[in-house]
Amino acid sequence: MAFFRSFFRSRPTSAQVAKERLKIVLAHERASSRAPDFVPILQKELLAVVGRYVEISDDMIRVTLGNSGDTSLLEINIEIEGGKLKTGGGQALSPAV
Amino acid sequence: MAKVIVITSGKGGVGKTTTSAAFAAGLALRGHKTVVIDFDVGLRNLDLVMGCERRVVFDFINVINGDANLNQALIKDKRHDNLFIFPTSQTRDKNALKREGVERVMEELKQQFDYIICDSPAGIEHGAITALYFADSAVIVTNPEVSSVRDSDRIIGILASKSRRAERNEPAVDVHLLLTRYDPARVAKGEMLAVEDVKEILSIPLLGVIPESESVLRASNTGTPVVFDEESPAGRAYVDAVARFLGETREMRFVKPERRSFFRALFGKA
Repeated sequence: MAFFRSFFRSRPTSAQVAKERLKIVLAHERASSRAPDFVPILQKELLAVVGRYVEISDDMIRVTLGNSGDTSLLEINIEIEGGKLKTGGGQALSPAV
Repeated sequence: MAKVIVITSGKGGVGKTTTSAAFAAGLALRGHKTVVIDFDVGLRNLDLVMGCERRVVFDFINVINGDANLNQALIKDKRHDNLFIFPTSQTRDKNALKREGVERVMEELKQQFDYIICDSPAGIEHGAITALYFADSAVIVTNPEVSSVRDSDRIIGILASKSRRAERNEPAVDVHLLLTRYDPARVAKGEMLAVEDVKEILSIPLLGVIPESESVLRASNTGTPVVFDEESPAGRAYVDAVARFLGETREMRFVKPERRSFFRALFGKA
């Protein structure tokens, strides 16, 4: 009976659904638990360096380490829109950086 | 050299204590001097499952604190000369298991025993971490059910990062999957994760599959490790798992649905 049911109906069994859900959630959890500890430190140091040239606050820098296919991707987003250039500190940078 | 085996799972109620009792008794039956330790401080239950609850005088915490010596606390099993039970305390002090104290007791046990089985509490708190810290091998008890599989994955990660072997950069703890409460009939209907699915998701070697069996409750009711019940499918599956742990090759039994006889089908007995 089970065979005919699965033959005529394309709906996956609840066990198949469970397997797919587990694969997805565990892939995500394994990636985040293996994230190296340097990410928050990198974020802090970037904030210090950029902050020498542009007025910037904590929430304007986002550092994330993720995966795209087989490659690891370190993504750094620095928002300087509206950040004021600092005068006198270091070499002046173009605001477009 | 004595070997330390932790029986762990992350999730509660999957069969850690049943497995600890069965595994320890199974190793003893194979001629190895074995002790099984209850790490679930405050929720002592191994003594009941092993049927020695009325013989507990001193416990693990008494020995750690130096209030009793090891041989005063160890309970010799009445069914087998090679089997000893080391009960825990019912104290509510969560931090009673001090790592240095546990380490001292473990070293002392290693002088006397071939195998030291650590029955871990559920969760990933102090007790569970202490239970796995000294392990050479780990048996990950998992039910074919989503939350149990997820928690097993978590505990496998913790073994790889928080155990003493990991901290000292020694060879990793060797982990084994033990799938319990398996119902082949439901698997065949697509209602339960199959053993291959769980193996694929957790990607650790399979030690055994224990079928859902009435004999497990009967065993705990009477305080007898299920391996002593020679009629029981679960007991036989545990005996096989112990044999595989000792390096033997044994075919997986109880993973295919049993053919129901006409009479059983008629009277609806499982």
